[in-house]
Amino acid sequence: MTTLLEVKDLFLEFKTSQGILKALNGITFDVNSGEVFGLVGETGCGKSVTGLSILRLLPRSASIRRGEVIFNGVDLLKISQDEIESVRGSKIAMIFQDPSSSLNPVFTIGSQIERVVRQHIKVTRQEAAEQTKEVLSAVGLPDVKRIMDSYPHELSGGMQQRVMIAMALSCKPLLLIADEPTTSLDVTIQAQILKLLRNLQKNFNVSVILITHNLGVIAQTCDHLAVLYGGRVAESGPTETIFNQALHPYTNGLMNAIPRPGGRGRKMATIPGTVPSNPGALTGCAFAKRCKFAFDRCVVESPPLYRVDDNHHVACFLVENQSK
Amino acid sequence: MRAIPPLSVEPELKSTRTFSHVMGVIIRDPLSLTSTIVILLFILIAIFANQIAPYPEEGAGKTNVDNTMLAPSPGHILGADRLGRDMLSRVIMGARPALIVPFGVVLFAILIGTPLGAIAGYKGGWVDNVIMRTTDLFLAFPSLLLAMAIAFALGRGLQNAAIALIVSWWPWYTRLARGVTLSLKERYFVEAARSIGVRDSIIIIRHILPNIISPILVQATIDLGTVILSMGGLAFLGLGTQPPGADWGLMVSEGRSYILNQWWISSFAGLAIFIVVLAFNLLGDTLRDIFDPRQYK
Amino acid sequence: MHKLEFILRRLVSSIFVLIGVSIITFALSRVVPSNPAVLYIGPRARPEDIVRVTKLLGLDQPLPVQYFIYMRDLLHGDLGTSIATKRPVLQEIFDRAPASLELLFTGMFLVVVIGVPLGVLSARWQGKPVDLVTRTISIIGVSIPAFFLGLVFQIIFFQNLHWLPLATQYSTDLRFTNPILPVTNFQILDAMLTRNWVALKDTAIHIILPAITLAAYPIGLVARMTRASMLEVLEQDYIRTARAYGTKEFIVTYFYALKNAISPTLTVIGLTFAYALTGTFFVEIIFIWPGLGMFTVSSLLNLDYPAIMGMTLFGATAYVLINSIVDLLQAWVDPRINLV
Repeated sequence: MTTLLEVKDLFLEFKTSQGILKALNGITFDVNSGEVFGLVGETGCGKSVTGLSILRLLPRSASIRRGEVIFNGVDLLKISQDEIESVRGSKIAMIFQDPSSSLNPVFTIGSQIERVVRQHIKVTRQEAAEQTKEVLSAVGLPDVKRIMDSYPHELSGGMQQRVMIAMALSCKPLLLIADEPTTSLDVTIQAQILKLLRNLQKNFNVSVILITHNLGVIAQTCDHLAVLYGGRVAESGPTETIFNQALHPYTNGLMNAIPRPGGRGRKMATIPGTVPSNPGALTGCAFAKRCKFAFDRCVVESPPLYRVDDNHHVACFLVENQSK
Repeated sequence: MRAIPPLSVEPELKSTRTFSHVMGVIIRDPLSLTSTIVILLFILIAIFANQIAPYPEEGAGKTNVDNTMLAPSPGHILGADRLGRDMLSRVIMGARPALIVPFGVVLFAILIGTPLGAIAGYKGGWVDNVIMRTTDLFLAFPSLLLAMAIAFALGRGLQNAAIALIVSWWPWYTRLARGVTLSLKERYFVEAARSIGVRDSIIIIRHILPNIISPILVQATIDLGTVILSMGGLAFLGLGTQPPGADWGLMVSEGRSYILNQWWISSFAGLAIFIVVLAFNLLGDTLRDIFDPRQYK
Repeated sequence: MHKLEFILRRLVSSIFVLIGVSIITFALSRVVPSNPAVLYIGPRARPEDIVRVTKLLGLDQPLPVQYFIYMRDLLHGDLGTSIATKRPVLQEIFDRAPASLELLFTGMFLVVVIGVPLGVLSARWQGKPVDLVTRTISIIGVSIPAFFLGLVFQIIFFQNLHWLPLATQYSTDLRFTNPILPVTNFQILDAMLTRNWVALKDTAIHIILPAITLAAYPIGLVARMTRASMLEVLEQDYIRTARAYGTKEFIVTYFYALKNAISPTLTVIGLTFAYALTGTFFVEIIFIWPGLGMFTVSSLLNLDYPAIMGMTLFGATAYVLINSIVDLLQAWVDPRINLV
């Protein structure tokens, strides 16, 4: 198990008409080779933005203030535009939430994927078409020839997402970033796509960063995960550990909030309050206002990511004594 | 879908399309503000033409043999034309047919076209078919060509030119109103009203029409520029105001043969058209940005 | 097969529209305040002539019959006889069409070659100087009346700078020394075909100002439309996907984005053809260009009813055909339209 990607202390800001929005305030996590890593959190916690930052796909209004994104020993944030363009799609590939709007409507599926292949690998048209066919069948699409000649609007949502995954895998990347890949799909299709991702991860030996707000999805698919809140990592570690022994009050709250069968009649557990709109503007812990364990220090100081175990990190003063 | 986090938890409920908001945007944008002032200025000049023009009778067409082809000079800052008439007065008086009449044209085109379009969109079926086929027929002609043919058939003159333009323009509003109505029809408040038994005609008047007003207004502002250009064109071709009356398009035509040596005869009238249309276009652009008709597609 | 069906359906609807156009033109020619027969022959009509024409046109018959006679004549190519020239209107149109078409095509060529790139550049470099310049040119082009612009050009480029000729297609002296052999009746084309290089240079220079004057308004419209369309496309998710896969920015703009943005631009180009048809009226008067525009204007002055009605019908028909072609082009470019 080697470390494939290290995100260290990432700070990101947006310039908006209402001022500076501090979206990421010190994101830190590692992704190992050969695993599915989950980035989970509610809307607005910064998980999608983190994904985009890795490939520097942010809009012009965004600026990365601090931090490193080390991939195979290279800090992606510091390389040139040409160099990051050669990484995009070939070493790290990304798929997005809404496949119907993410595919270009006036080009056939085949031509879109072939172009990606020829962008990064020196092959002939013939060879690119072959590779496209291969990867389209690898994602479980039937009648590959017909799909290659089809346009995106002629396919169903599930098929479109498979096409996107195929495009992502076409150049055999080392890392796949999947930003809410199943959120806009039906539940049954969701399960299929997730299963597909798990299989592909093994067959293609690619690591996956799965960005989602759905804990159920995380539980099914991920080996490790990081819980984000207010632009910071609240807790990170192996899936089983987090689900069974969550140490951060926010993570705990999330776990408790999952409705379980047999609980009829019992009040649903919620986390009181709402997500902060500009978390970076706060001085202390982003969760302090909603935390029932909060004490004075929490409002003033922001807790660092304590190392509780080999892989288990928690950003909360409560674990200060347990940390190694 | 962008990955930009929401900025505030409580959504802003204030409507961004109120009159005061629109005025605020206009005042803060130098181009729009200047355009509005220019338009208002020209309108005032047109209304009070008789009072403002230094030589109103010449403006209306009375010949002045002494000043034939007079270059711009003190007493006649814009010079005089072939018949010695003061150009400044002519331009001022010419504002009425060239600027005010288009307002009437657009108004009537809206009054005729909008109800038709709203009914077509709302009722659907054969009513829609009949209205839209007719509209498409008129739209099959290039606007100016149709206006020209009608103005010609009815006989030369300002009134007939106006009628011709109205007939050429109403179909655009029918189409617009129909499009907006179709998208509104699907909205819940219409279904709700229908389900409690409100009559179709009341629904159209009370619910649909008020929502059509803003896209129509934006379109009208942009159209005014085009109608002024068309009116100028018709006048230039001799189909509008007849000599000796003053009309910007007509004046450009009258001075055309002398353009090289007595440039002032045509130029100021042409310039007037340009400035006014430019102002309407700039203002229309700003309005369109505010109202973003994309929502109605 | 989808495409073929679409084409056929479009053609059929065009035919219906053309029928409607003929009805309206017919109505116009009958709805006139005075006796249509008098207008048909001219102001110097004698009573016997009026009776004869009334019988000929079937003006004493009920309207539907009149329409039938009208259509019958139309389908035989009879658009009436010009009062001014005493020749068939259709003949006059064919004689003058080449000059106007030459002007039109040159103008539309300029529109596509200047308007579209300006719009694309303007969207790509939003906020930068090229954007401001484009937007200024566009809004001026859209606001200035063609008949005024032409005059301004004549003052600047002929009188002040002495760069370009004042008017007409071809220098008068050269007409005698280097006459152009009529092959197609398109002056520039003929000059090229007959290797008359002197004439070619001269006619090319002569067409510059009229073509630009004609193209000013459409260039403004097309540049604005292209810009707006490109901006909207550049916001889309699939552009983000293209970038996410390492596509170079200029390929993103000129290939992936443009192919999506071109559709509304094509519509506008079709619309501007409508403008250009009527725009030639003004441009041809100012530059004394011997085309359909001049013919129309002089017919207006001469109260030449058959000529005007003939021109209206001809212009509308051309417009309908052009729009059909534009629709078909759009369907060819955008695969989504096939499923209509």
